[in-house]
Amino acid sequence: MKVDIVTEKIALGYLVKVKGDVDMNSSTDVREALGQVFRQRSSSMKALVVDLSQVRYMDSSGIATLVEALQTCMKQGLQLRLADLSPPVKDVFELARLAAVFEIYPSLNDAMVER
Amino acid sequence: MVVLTIPSHPKFLYIVRNVIYPLAVNSGFSKKEVRRIVLAVDEACSNIIKYAYAGDATKSIAITVTDETDHFSVRLTDHGRKVDAAKIAPRDLEDVRPGGLGTHFIGAVFDTVAYDTDQDQGTVLTLLKNKRTAGPGAQHHMGSR
Repeated sequence: MKVDIVTEKIALGYLVKVKGDVDMNSSTDVREALGQVFRQRSSSMKALVVDLSQVRYMDSSGIATLVEALQTCMKQGLQLRLADLSPPVKDVFELARLAAVFEIYPSLNDAMVER
Repeated sequence: MVVLTIPSHPKFLYIVRNVIYPLAVNSGFSKKEVRRIVLAVDEACSNIIKYAYAGDATKSIAITVTDETDHFSVRLTDHGRKVDAAKIAPRDLEDVRPGGLGTHFIGAVFDTVAYDTDQDQGTVLTLLKNKRTAGPGAQHHMGSR
């Protein structure tokens, strides 16, 4: 199954919208898209917002990709904001007990607000 | 009983998910339980691809799903490197790092996780989920290896 990834420049930095199934086959595409953002970042970038509302499925490789992104953000002094987790993503976060580790926002609008 | 065989390439994992989902729904599990069953079976297949076959996409994984009165069972058969029981352990979730979650998911979702390496080659992994259970908490049974 294909995963669609759209990256947009926003006031806070970058918004990455992920749509589809993030599994062992497609998580490398997500990792590459996030890596591209880190390579392109400017000094004014404050946050990377990832919209997960359209993710139909996420496995442990998807979680690993987000943990890697979080670690990179922390090293670079950036915020990683996860927005509008779909029910399958919420489930996998709950199972992995990661909800407290990430900054999670109930909607994309909330995640886009400068804080 | 439903039997499905897929090539050992991650691009076929969605087929497994699409087969397991309706079968688990038909077994009477809630939507959330169904999503978790699908996740755990997908993780088990991913582990076979990564560890038993070391990424060799030319092999196969056989998946047998059985719906019994009191439990839902998924048996995964591979012909790769046998599972090393000593190395199967879910990692500490407090240690936040990429990787190592698949085994935790499988154990958290299924009530019984049994690895059988008695055959000449490969491993048979049997996953059982009881119906009307109060909560998960897998019993791990390791066959001889």
